Amino acid sequence: MEPKILPSLQSGSSLAVSAKKRKRRNADQLMSIVFILPSILAIGVFVYGFIAWSGYVSLTNWNSLVPDLSFAGFKNYLFLFKDFRFQADLRNTLFFTVFFIIAVLVMGLMLAVFLDQKIRGEGLFRNIFFFPMALSFVVTGVIWQWLLNPATGVNLYLKKLGLDSLWYTSVKIIPGVEWGKIQFGVPVAVIAVVIAAAWQMTGFSVAMYLAGLRAIPEEIREAARMDGASELQIYRKIIFPIVAPITVSVIIIMAHISLKIFDLIYAMTGPGANFVTDVPGVYMFETTFRGNYYANGAAISIIMLVTVAVFIVPYLISSRKGES
Amino acid sequence: MKKKVWIYAVLALSLILSACSQSSSGQPDEKKNSGKLEIFSWWTGAGEEDGLKALIKLFEEKNPDIPIENAAVAGGAGTNAKAVLASRMQGNDPPATFQVHGGSELNDGWVAAGKMEPLNDLYDKEGWNDKFPKQLIDMVSKDGKIYSVPVDIHRGNVLWYNKKIFADNNLQAPKTFDEFFKVADQLKKKGITPLALGDKEPWTATMIYENILLGTLGNEDYQKLWKGEMKFDDPKVKKAAETFKKMLSYINSDHSSRNWQDASQMVAKGDAAMNIMGDWAKGYFVNDLKLKVNEDFGWVPTPGTDNQFMIITDTFGLPKGVRNAKDVKQFLSVLGSVDGQDAFNPLKGSIPARTDADVSKYDEYGKQTIKEFKAAKLAASLAHGSAAPEGFVTKANQAVNIFVTQKNVNQLIDSFKQASSELKK
Repeated sequence: MEPKILPSLQSGSSLAVSAKKRKRRNADQLMSIVFILPSILAIGVFVYGFIAWSGYVSLTNWNSLVPDLSFAGFKNYLFLFKDFRFQADLRNTLFFTVFFIIAVLVMGLMLAVFLDQKIRGEGLFRNIFFFPMALSFVVTGVIWQWLLNPATGVNLYLKKLGLDSLWYTSVKIIPGVEWGKIQFGVPVAVIAVVIAAAWQMTGFSVAMYLAGLRAIPEEIREAARMDGASELQIYRKIIFPIVAPITVSVIIIMAHISLKIFDLIYAMTGPGANFVTDVPGVYMFETTFRGNYYANGAAISIIMLVTVAVFIVPYLISSRKGES
Repeated sequence: MKKKVWIYAVLALSLILSACSQSSSGQPDEKKNSGKLEIFSWWTGAGEEDGLKALIKLFEEKNPDIPIENAAVAGGAGTNAKAVLASRMQGNDPPATFQVHGGSELNDGWVAAGKMEPLNDLYDKEGWNDKFPKQLIDMVSKDGKIYSVPVDIHRGNVLWYNKKIFADNNLQAPKTFDEFFKVADQLKKKGITPLALGDKEPWTATMIYENILLGTLGNEDYQKLWKGEMKFDDPKVKKAAETFKKMLSYINSDHSSRNWQDASQMVAKGDAAMNIMGDWAKGYFVNDLKLKVNEDFGWVPTPGTDNQFMIITDTFGLPKGVRNAKDVKQFLSVLGSVDGQDAFNPLKGSIPARTDADVSKYDEYGKQTIKEFKAAKLAASLAHGSAAPEGFVTKANQAVNIFVTQKNVNQLIDSFKQASSELKK
């Protein structure tokens, strides 16, 4: 929004006025630099400085309690990509991210459209949908662990109905094609974590979509109705295209959450049998702070950073282009 | 205009400066805090927390001028606490004293990293050298220097069983692997889960394997394995893995969603007949589940480990760079005293590390274990970091976690072999 104000400021008409304005602008600029400097320094040191430090540690031999900063090249990265657990982590993260985003988008849009029908008690429903967002992932993890655990919760009903109650602890990979050291496919146990994560984060996409839907002027709908469009057509041809950019934002935000996920998995399933629900975050925590493989852990975190950057950086670039 | 800018600049600068001065004026407060004696542990469960509190109370009675801060971090087997401790030690902010398992976790970890002070003078002063068993002092020593004071002893090789199930089915608690499988087959036929396992945290499965290793290899070869004098592809180690594989066919199907308490609970409720766990499970049975010792549940050493003692000992040492070293030693001397050990252990459900403690204060299980501890050969636990460095333990837990599902003996042996290159360091 703000950059749009700037051009009007820049367009001075007479020379005297523009000179005065330029002076003022210089002063403004100087002042803004003075004010922004502390946070630039702090972010520079505590964010980018430490990212650089992690990157450096990931290239060293520091794999015990005694710091050993001798250069090791890409040894730690090579180890990881050959490691069963890390290959499983990448597979799990891939399918977790895909299913999680699809679930959040579909359910979010459905619920937002539902709320947009001007139903009675809309406020109540909105609160119900948004409420899980207020919880932390750890709480969500514990709740859903109780709900889905084979010994408790809904699975007891499934068992009574003669259905499989062990999918939560299943080690099945579907279809399970041999690839590298792992079986590639969808790990059944990941579904449980997807349910919990989607339950928590759907409220966010509902809020985004609802805001988008509410921003569409009623006149457009009325005009479409006048032209004889059915309600379904209005949604398909007019409303969904208009809220499409929101989908991109939701995908970016959900992707960076799911690629970095740690707390939910840690509280809910842990790494799982045969690492069917393990993710890089959990591996990084265990290998660094329990196994004292500091360089290895740093390598995992750098890989996580890169995977998130793959999503975020194009988004930032395109949104900057949009602004200018 | 210029003037205004300068005013803002000065303002900003003074803000920064005041922020800095605030943080530096914060430091003396911290120094005051470090006058408190910070006891770092993972004792937050029922029983163990009571034990720690009793110990702190005893210390405060004797030293009313030294305030204590109980800095316990929750999490089974210290999994979270160890992570917190590692960060603090790396950042040169050690707690006054911290819980550490005797053996490799202490010696190859903190002592090798040069973070611990030797305590030989304290041992001499208190006359402890002949009060603790020699094998135990060796576990907390490196190159003749003693680095920590053991407070309790836990036994890792215990098979717990539901007495009612065994009586109803006319079964005897198994002492050998053959007996174990015979009993397990009979139970399975009756539709009872023979062995309860909760390996959401994989160290519980690693404990089963280490106990099978001890039962298959015997004490001497088991020791050799961790010293690197025996190879992991030795046929005996492989045989132990085969036994482990066979044992895993008798476990509950939802094992990966349970923790060790859930597994103990299965035995307590009669959902499963047996469980292999360290004797902190007794504390859980008695304190949390209100079961009666030797009435509701019984115990035997795990198959083939009669007269052997898989030892897990909690010890406390003196980190380097602690400001109140004298106070820490004061605490350690209470910790190592007969009074201290007898205040702590009956509540925690462990047995005292000293051989001259008051036996009458312990329950039936404790009395028997104290007696057996004196006669038994000690073996260091892998799952609890006494036999091998943390790095190896992490790798071993990963390998076991994969094995429980894939049951590939050769792969397990290979993983151990690969990780064992670290043992020789």
